[in-house]
Amino acid sequence: MSWIDIGHIDDIPLRGARVVKTPVGCVALFRTAEAEIFAASNTCPHKGGPLTDGIVHGQSVTCPLHNWVFDLNTGQAQGEDGRIATYPVRLEGARILLDGEAVGKRSAA
Amino acid sequence: MTQKLVIIGAGMASGRVIETLVETAPDAFDITLFNAEPRGNYNRIMLSPVLSGEKTYEEIVTHDDGWYAQHGVTCRFGEHVVGIDRTRKVVIGQNGEAPYDRLIIGTGSAPFIIPIPGKDLPGVITYRDLDDTNAMIDAAQKGGKAVVIGGGLLGLEAAAGLAERGMEVTVVHLMGHLMERQLDEAAGYLLRRDLEKRGITIKTQASTKAILGEDKAEAVLLEDGETLGADLVVMAVGIRPETRLATDAGLTVARGIEVTAQMQTSDPDIYAVGECVEFDGHLFGLVAPLYDQAKVLAHTLTGETDAFVVRDIATKLKVTGCDLFSAGDFTEAPGREDIVFRDPARGVYKRLVIEGDRLVGAVMYGDTADGNWFFGLIKDGTEIDEMRDTLIFGPAYQGGDQADPLSAVAALPRDAEICGCNGICKGTIVDAIEGGATDLGAVKAQTKASASCGTCTGLVEQLLQVTLGDGFELPTAQPICGCCDLTHEDVRRLIKSQELKSQEAVWQELGWKTRNGCHVCRPAVNFYLLADWPLEYQDDPQSRFVNERKHANIQKDGTFSVVPRMWGGITNPDELRAIADAADKYNVPTVKVTGGQRIDLLGVKGEDLPFIWADLNKAGLVSGHAYSKGLRTVKTCVGTDHCRFGTQDSTRLGIKLEQALWGSWTPHKVKLAVSGCPRNCAEATCKDVGIICVDSGYQVSVGGAAGMDVKETERLIDVPTEAEAIEVTVAFVQLYRENAKYLDRPYKWLGKVGLDWMKERIMDANERARLIEAFELSQSIYRKDPWAEHAQERAASYAPLADLTLEAAE
Ligand SMILES: Cc1cc2nc3c(=O)[nH]c(=O)nc-3n(C[C@H](O)[C@H](O)[C@H](O)COP(=O)(O)OP(=O)(O)OC[C@H]3O[C@@H](n4cnc5c(N)ncnc54)[C@H](O)[C@@H]3O)c2cc1C
Ligand code: HEM
Ligand code: SF4
Ligand code: SF4
Ligand code: FES
Repeated sequence: MSWIDIGHIDDIPLRGARVVKTPVGCVALFRTAEAEIFAASNTCPHKGGPLTDGIVHGQSVTCPLHNWVFDLNTGQAQGEDGRIATYPVRLEGARILLDGEAVGKRSAA
Repeated sequence: MTQKLVIIGAGMASGRVIETLVETAPDAFDITLFNAEPRGNYNRIMLSPVLSGEKTYEEIVTHDDGWYAQHGVTCRFGEHVVGIDRTRKVVIGQNGEAPYDRLIIGTGSAPFIIPIPGKDLPGVITYRDLDDTNAMIDAAQKGGKAVVIGGGLLGLEAAAGLAERGMEVTVVHLMGHLMERQLDEAAGYLLRRDLEKRGITIKTQASTKAILGEDKAEAVLLEDGETLGADLVVMAVGIRPETRLATDAGLTVARGIEVTAQMQTSDPDIYAVGECVEFDGHLFGLVAPLYDQAKVLAHTLTGETDAFVVRDIATKLKVTGCDLFSAGDFTEAPGREDIVFRDPARGVYKRLVIEGDRLVGAVMYGDTADGNWFFGLIKDGTEIDEMRDTLIFGPAYQGGDQADPLSAVAALPRDAEICGCNGICKGTIVDAIEGGATDLGAVKAQTKASASCGTCTGLVEQLLQVTLGDGFELPTAQPICGCCDLTHEDVRRLIKSQELKSQEAVWQELGWKTRNGCHVCRPAVNFYLLADWPLEYQDDPQSRFVNERKHANIQKDGTFSVVPRMWGGITNPDELRAIADAADKYNVPTVKVTGGQRIDLLGVKGEDLPFIWADLNKAGLVSGHAYSKGLRTVKTCVGTDHCRFGTQDSTRLGIKLEQALWGSWTPHKVKLAVSGCPRNCAEATCKDVGIICVDSGYQVSVGGAAGMDVKETERLIDVPTEAEAIEVTVAFVQLYRENAKYLDRPYKWLGKVGLDWMKERIMDANERARLIEAFELSQSIYRKDPWAEHAQERAASYAPLADLTLEAAE
């Protein structure tokens, strides 16, 4: 793994989300609680809805276009045949670290 | 051979080391004990009961003079150690040196003082030792106001103690909820509620700027400019390991004094124990792990092998009546599942956090009896798969009761208002039921409850069930969603009568079964709260659908549409030029004229939104709210200005209405139109409110629709003047805001409550005035351009948080 510092936890509103552009496409970072972050693909497999714009509840997000609900732990859509990729992310103090390798970054020299 | 053991600090950790040594190896060491405080070891955590008056100092002494004498400990109390000379192996005290073979540093920690002006004024105290406690007790004897900075464990215990002693206490806390390190928001809400009940004022998300006063503390100034009078200021914002001696002596110190698992510092003859140490990156602030450390250190000193390991810890708050428990890890790291239980009747909240088949964290409030059992499961890593479904009910669970869906209603006090129209309280209804009114009709007839608009019917039925038990069969009502058992109408009513002013309050008091709702209930509850408590409740963008959060309509490809407001459908060349320029600059693929007399720029990229808004703002254009459950448009015809049939100035009335109503949030979208004569060119009679001008004045009609359903408006009232037409419209919109179910258009709501009920309210002069006043109050907050606000203050949040596609510049 190669952890990349993405920003401060307060850059994402509580129960909100922000986009990170990566080589594998737009990745959404979800803040589900004061100190709880998930990373997953920003693109809904149904018709491409931007998941950062959905409503974040519990450890799930609801797509803003047609309300598919994704479990952020697994990426699985509830009751639908579809899933989104999830990526390793962690908090170190207040900093958000995303695994660079998983989102297609070659590790820093 | 007896070795010379010198100990710096007679605290809880070193005290435990000495106890173990004198028990297991009474003759191995010749102990000298320094303590800066002029006393020996006492139970520091019991200072809070001393502060509140439940205990005396004598009751919390751990080791008295006799004990030290009996075990041959040389005490040098009231003497600071000022240095350690490692080459000569002596400790330098204020009154002389003491040679050592082995040395233990147990200096604990020092309160963190925020570096703000006024921090050194007399009357500013920290909370660490007996002297601090006595200073607070003295200050409290004079009464007056106290401000406690810090809403953590220490701060709240100080606040409760001072309140107990009669002071008027305010707690100023930086974070969003109290004890955020030990509690989640829900438990934090309950704690706050209980503390407020005992008269303590709580301010969260409040940052202290300065302490004011000439020669003593007189007030606390907050960042937002508020000043809080204070005769006493207690600073309890955290602690820092007391490492100065170790640093000066050249030992390895990070945030604390670094030790091995044998509690050895970087000098093999020097050990450290307690809050002053750092082990494997961990710092410590509660006694449980310190006692583990003390045991390990005593073993190390007597030559036994032992190693310290960091374990989960559990927290309780020592404030009588605030029953909370938190253990393990319940916020961090993905891969977890929650089990939530709420019982509004008893003020209970429990949340378990499960990872795989183990319990990793538990937070509970109100009923913590099972706390230690859960803590045991966490510490031992017990597999919980088998008992998962009933786990939250604790060890005593024998297939017993489930959460009762009626408990929210059962918990209501007798004076909770159930029927808003007729002002009928729970007590009156229950009395009637007990007096023989055993069905809805009888209750209606006897009490008038639910006899008007009927939206409280569900609650009355629940009261029948609660009161009569199985004697009444509850009709099945549709709850808002799977998170709760109540209908929209029930929730609306209870938000009003219970004065629930935050989402946490709604979730807890109305027995939500999830941690923080879902995409169905969150927007509804957010609307109900902001409509009923415009000043107290702060709109939560995270509980809104994307269109309202981003103030633009999301399109099927994830781009947005931008519709500037054109008051009453009137525009001018400057506005049109600005719109054209923006369309060019942001490569807007489609420019369309809408059905509501606006221009729609479709296909704008999310990250361009703040910029296009800023450009449009410069030309005086504001958000058209084409995305909101709120006032959308007021369509007008040209009226007397240009049309030969016009009877009144319909355009001017439309503009005035739009200026009065814009920015307001409503249960669903609201569209208006004003036509200058019955020819009705503005199609007013299929709008939510449609006004037709006639020679004698204005015909105001409501509840039209031209969507999936098509419906003509119904005449509400005819009024002679433009001013009254505006009043009536505003009153109607406010009535709708206060009563309708979220996502019911006015025509649907009208179908439920009936035109007569509505007329009665609007015709009643007092009620009409109240509605207008309430609307204006709400508009004092919401009548503003969200585009301007977002473009200026939140532009950054529309851009990606980071862009990892760019190669780092080397
Ligand atoms: C009001 C209050 C309530 C608390 N409640 C709880 C609770 O409910 N549960 C819980 O687990 N924990 C609680 N704690 C925390 C707990 O008390 C501490 O974790 C524990 O006391 C730390 O023990 P220690 O031995 O490391 O340090 P201390 O007990 O602080 O002892 C350190 C001693 O070293 C002395 N000293 C420092 N420097 C020098 C020097 N240079 N020369 C000589 N002497 C020196 C100090 O005067 C002090 O007496 C509470 C703390 C406070 C203040
Ligand atoms: C503290 C020192 C350094 C840091 C923090 C650092 C950081 C980075 C980062 C973040 C990247 C981008 C990785 C990516 O986008 O995939 C990168 C790429 C690169 N670095 Fe460094 N670097 C450091 C030192 C060096 C040195 C000393 C060299 C060469 C001698 C070097 C050579 C490169 C090269 C060639 C790349 C491009 C690799 C690629 O395209 O995949 N870096 N570095
Ligand atoms: S509604 Fe009447 S006043 Fe208005 S434009 Fe049509 S004809 Fe003229
Ligand atoms: S009528 Fe249907 S397709 Fe057309 S804009 Fe409205 S919702 Fe979309
Ligand atoms: S695009 Fe996400 S649910 Fe349709």
